[in-house]
Amino acid sequence: MSYLEIRGVNKRFGGLQALDDVNLSVEAGTIHAIIGPNGAGKSTLLNTFVGKLTPDSGTVTFDGQSLLGIKPHEINQVGVARVFQTPEIFSELSVLDNVIIPCLAKRDGSFKLNGLSLLSRQADIREKAEQMLIDVNMQDKRNMTASSLSRGDKRRLEMAMCLSQDPKLLLLDEPTAGMARADTNNTIDLLAEIQEKRKITKVVIEHDMHVVFSLAQKISVLAQGHVIVEDKPENIKGHPKVKEAYLGGTS
Amino acid sequence: MKHLTKNDRLLFIFFTIMVLAGPIILAPFGAGYPDLLQRFAIFGLFAVGFNILFGMTGYLSFGHAAFLGVGSYSAVWMFKLLTMNVIPALFLSVVISGLFALLIGFVSLRRSGIYFSILTLAFAQMSYNLAYSVLTPITNGETGLQLNLSDPRILDAANTTGSIPSTNLFGLTMNSTAKFELLGLVFQFNVGFYFCALILIAGFYIAMRIARSPFGLMLLAIKTNQTRLNYTGVNTRPYTLAAFVISGMYAGLAGGLMAITDPLAGAERMQWTASGEVVLMTILGGVGTLLGPVLGAGFIKYFENIFSKINDSVLESWFSFLPEGLSDAMVFVLHFFVGKGWHLTLGLLFMLVVIFLPGGLMEGGTRLYNAFRSKDTKSSKDEPKAAE
Ligand SMILES: Nc1ncnc2c1ncn2[C@@H]1O[C@H](COP(=O)(O)OP(=O)(O)OP(=O)(O)O)[C@@H](O)[C@H]1O
Ligand SMILES: [Mg+2]
Repeated sequence: MSYLEIRGVNKRFGGLQALDDVNLSVEAGTIHAIIGPNGAGKSTLLNTFVGKLTPDSGTVTFDGQSLLGIKPHEINQVGVARVFQTPEIFSELSVLDNVIIPCLAKRDGSFKLNGLSLLSRQADIREKAEQMLIDVNMQDKRNMTASSLSRGDKRRLEMAMCLSQDPKLLLLDEPTAGMARADTNNTIDLLAEIQEKRKITKVVIEHDMHVVFSLAQKISVLAQGHVIVEDKPENIKGHPKVKEAYLGGTS
Repeated sequence: MKHLTKNDRLLFIFFTIMVLAGPIILAPFGAGYPDLLQRFAIFGLFAVGFNILFGMTGYLSFGHAAFLGVGSYSAVWMFKLLTMNVIPALFLSVVISGLFALLIGFVSLRRSGIYFSILTLAFAQMSYNLAYSVLTPITNGETGLQLNLSDPRILDAANTTGSIPSTNLFGLTMNSTAKFELLGLVFQFNVGFYFCALILIAGFYIAMRIARSPFGLMLLAIKTNQTRLNYTGVNTRPYTLAAFVISGMYAGLAGGLMAITDPLAGAERMQWTASGEVVLMTILGGVGTLLGPVLGAGFIKYFENIFSKINDSVLESWFSFLPEGLSDAMVFVLHFFVGKGWHLTLGLLFMLVVIFLPGGLMEGGTRLYNAFRSKDTKSSKDEPKAAE
């Protein structure tokens, strides 16, 4: 049974066919990578999962439920979490508060008027958040303001925020974009580590093929809005169509 | 955010003592008379509530005076129809201003940033104009809503005194004052002030609880990154609306207190200048801090009432010790900054604060405190060395 199911998705921007009859199925518990050259339509595709874009035609279902036309917070409540191309964190708040917020959202739902209850008395939330920081090796930075973290740590924090909600599906849009080599490797290790500890279904979007080869169980190659190949990583590497797409994309 | 409740408790105790001792502390500054003390407390409360919206969520409302006005009108109507007891009046102020805030907030919060500010401004100006002309039967238009001898006041005993009764708390009249003279100063302890002060303290306590609650953390998260919060599963709209309504209720309560200390209500209370004033108070004192808005309110009201009363003859008496030419020159220069020129002084002060202390007076206080502390730790480190 596939968990995330994309059927016949089309999206046009003016004269440009950004997504052209895209079909994709992601199996539960696996990491599925979507790669492709610049402008292939990867981000556009991801945006159709998260309530940002509505495709012209086609369906996107997750665990039997349609993801089209619902708001971001509802998508999260269904169990889909998202890591952005540039980390989206609460930069003015402390690292610990950054993790406490998703824990609260998980417990209290999309809205709760609890203005007179003291957060400092809520040991369950605090412990959960602290444990999450230990899991991603950031416990010593818990009182720092999030904006003062390095780029790699911001990404790490963002992942911790997503993971603290025990999502069923984690979407990552170019998690290593713009990172220094060391931070990229760190992020890859973190992803592998997370996958070992908790088998969360993940869709990773990547521009750089090498990042995902070691991680993904399956790779879809997107070029000019088309899925040209969908296969295991070892079969993708030498595939003539993939070579052509990447070479064609750069020339 | 601090999770330390011990610091908060100290802050709250400090705040309570300062407010209750207000008549004593402010007497040497010429600000210890009931009318001004009441205004300190009322506008402090207004600013504390405003800060729950502006300081925590970052949504800058330019129309909060509308709720102040609605609160005043509600209270005066209660005095006219029901009783001069202040409890029903305040109750109605809070309820009506809360409903009004729900309506305005529901529409205005569809937008954020400058568009939100403009929507709130438009609503407030609309309310002002309605109160001034269209709704005359309710607001008594230009003259303002006042008490009359012929008002029904169905809960009160028949009024046989021939004068309009005063507002009271179960018989304790708000305008009664106990005066003491000591060391050439007059200390005035006024019932109305202490009533406002207790409500300010309660309002401060609630604001503090909100700031330390999960709800408060969500408001801060809205200010920092709404996109992330949405993708974290939080629906931000009800949070901003709740903050808007709560701050509207604070404003309504402040408006009700204004009517209690001086039982009339006029449309000018709702004008945009009044909305702008609370923004200035909050920024001057320190946006997002607990104490800042109260400080800012105190500062502005002090300037408005004390600086504005310093005229040329007062200045002349200050500088009479100087040779004549010099004292005339001083009076000539300072003339522009006091009396009617108090706005100029306040404007300059505001500019200085915004430029050099973006965190307001609270930031100034914190910097001073840190400077003293680092000096202290230095000297205490030096001491053992000297002893060796
Ligand atoms: N809102 C939009 N309006 C018009 N054209 C768009 C819009 N969003 C994307 N496009 C176009 O659609 C195509 C696919 O863009 P998309 O951002 O999905 O590519 P991508 O695969 O994510 O590329 P990259 O690796 O550079 O992130 C591009 O040609 C882009 O210019
Ligand atoms: Mg992209």
